[in-house]
Amino acid sequence: MDLVQLQRQFVDYKTSLYHEGFLDEQFTQLQELQDENNPDFVVEVVSLFFEDSERLLNELARALEQQNIDYKRIDAHVHQLKGSSSSIGAQRVQKVCIAFRNYCEERNVEGCLKCLQQVRHEYSLVKTKLESLFQLEQQILTAGGSFPM
Amino acid sequence: MVLAESGFSSPRNDAFPAGLRVLVVDDDPTWLKILEKMLKKCSYEVTTCCLAREALNLLRERKDGYDIVISDVNMPDMDGFKLLEHVGLEMDLPVIMMSVDGETSRVMKGVQHGACDYLLKPIRMKELRNIWQHVFRKKIHEVRDIESLEGFESIQMTRSGYDLFDDGHFLSGDDTTSGRKRKDADNKHDDRELSDPSSTKKARVVWTVDLHQKFVKAVNQIGFDKVGPKKILDLMNVPWLTRENIASHLQKYRLYLSRLQKESDIKNSFIGMKHSDLPSKDSTASFGPHKAMNMIPDDVPNGTYSFSASNSLAQNVDLKGQGDLKGITSAPVAEPKGALSIDIHDSHEAKSTQMSFDHSLGSVDSAVSFASFNSTTPLQYPWTEIPEIQFKQECEPLHLENGFSQLPLPGPSMIENEANRSRIEVKPLLEESRSNFVEHLGPVGAEDLFPIQSKSQSLNNQVFDLISATKSSMKTQDVGLNYLADSEFALRNLNASGVGVPLATLSEDLQICWLQGDCYPMNYGLQDLECSTYDNPALMAETPFHLYDVLRFDHEHLFDPTEYYAIDQGLFA
Repeated sequence: MDLVQLQRQFVDYKTSLYHEGFLDEQFTQLQELQDENNPDFVVEVVSLFFEDSERLLNELARALEQQNIDYKRIDAHVHQLKGSSSSIGAQRVQKVCIAFRNYCEERNVEGCLKCLQQVRHEYSLVKTKLESLFQLEQQILTAGGSFPM
Repeated sequence: MVLAESGFSSPRNDAFPAGLRVLVVDDDPTWLKILEKMLKKCSYEVTTCCLAREALNLLRERKDGYDIVISDVNMPDMDGFKLLEHVGLEMDLPVIMMSVDGETSRVMKGVQHGACDYLLKPIRMKELRNIWQHVFRKKIHEVRDIESLEGFESIQMTRSGYDLFDDGHFLSGDDTTSGRKRKDADNKHDDRELSDPSSTKKARVVWTVDLHQKFVKAVNQIGFDKVGPKKILDLMNVPWLTRENIASHLQKYRLYLSRLQKESDIKNSFIGMKHSDLPSKDSTASFGPHKAMNMIPDDVPNGTYSFSASNSLAQNVDLKGQGDLKGITSAPVAEPKGALSIDIHDSHEAKSTQMSFDHSLGSVDSAVSFASFNSTTPLQYPWTEIPEIQFKQECEPLHLENGFSQLPLPGPSMIENEANRSRIEVKPLLEESRSNFVEHLGPVGAEDLFPIQSKSQSLNNQVFDLISATKSSMKTQDVGLNYLADSEFALRNLNASGVGVPLATLSEDLQICWLQGDCYPMNYGLQDLECSTYDNPALMAETPFHLYDVLRFDHEHLFDPTEYYAIDQGLFA
């Protein structure tokens, strides 16, 4: 694939991510923050997000397995996840977190488990998509292209 | 504009706001990184940390090393609000709170704790670009503080300052600075210490826990009604501390107390109280209005302030749930206050309508100082029956516990006190938080009334009118005054008709320190009100005017004239 094609593919892909609600304005902000001082800024931030989210998801799973579910703790974790996802613009993850917190408040274990499943799903989706996006980016760079295009 | 002094490292000044030294605290690594980048793009000097304790250490190590702190609300090791209070008290830096949660109650909490702004995540660059304004604003206020304190002190020194309050617009909140200047002009007792205000821009002092405790002890020792920076300075015996440092800190202390007022959500309408025979109760409480009710903070556990104090206080003051409060507003306080080291509750729904984000963090200071309240039992009041009988309240009566002196309830033989006295006396009867709250307000009311007092029976009317008008006109932030009014009413009720016991007796009896050694200095006096409202012009603007208006024009009678009691003029001699 030549550079122009790659670039077009990149743009289309990115646009679709926005349209489908995987990313929002915040992601754009991140990209704007990237500069020659921090050429890999976005990738670094997103990596941090992945790390932190996985940790939180594990904590959540563990907490929901308990005999006596500590809803406060779960709520705290979900709140954290909500905050993280807002940092990179992972909108869909953020939305599930909101529903998740409501179930926590209601102490609804079923609802919580359902939300955990959902948030895991959304998280892996956005992770996959971002990784694809970065790959495309890398390909463009390798092919001699540059950003912004 | 005095900016360059006090701790700013010099290179910064030239390019202000570039080089603004920001400390970012957030447990979320993603956000920490993003914020760091954003702030750097604003040309700020950024330091990040992910733990509140770490942040505090950094701040303490490098006093004057930072200009502003940005902190997330939810952190694992320490509540963001606690950090906020710590920073406000010890370092007096502007603090911006952040959260992904934009719920009004949370935001309000932030404001209450002294945050100068509350940002919602995701945070935009433009929001961060503007944070320097908070630093700037604070600097301006500090200068004003010092300048105005000159006038305050001189007024403070004159106990018989009735003439100072002749001017009904004395407490104009529109321009507190000009108001103060007017006071200065009015001040006929020119014994002010004439230090040049413009040169008194102090180097930033870090008010550590120990230092603040010394401060409070000194204040209590002196007696809050007589307190002044010079006296405090002498007592504290800290050689490197200047009078200006103390003056400024004192201001913040007062501001804190006033902030407590605003946290209250009292909506009681003051409907007048029924007087009936008050059961006599032995009491060692003295009605002496001039006895400062000193809250001497206990040694703070772990050497740190218990931030929840402010919260619990705020909660405590919430009389909303009391139903019809028709008398002692303190009576309904049956909510267990517990130790003031409890976690901040979110249930409190303070409606400080006029709190602005620009409110200086000074108010935070006093919040911290309240941490020393360790009483774990709700204060109850001696006249527990009285409210029920007389005021038909549905609230649970309060009883003083823990060795707190009981208010004397001499019954019909008690002489009604003048409004001022009433307020002050009633204060001890309030719960810790309330008492603080009321205390703070007490002197205010007292002072307000003083100039208008005519030593006659009509004072009763005035006071009652004042109380009713106050109550009706006050908003939540005026809760304190409401409190005061209520207390006053309560006290009046207590002071049944008759000449009986001379007030002097009562005054000796009433112990102001009803808390376990934790008393809050009372008798703020009008100047305190001013101080407290320095950054809250709204409060100032409303309350005093209302008070004066009421006294002058509004003569609704809240209760039967037959129930008025003689006032012992002697009390106010």
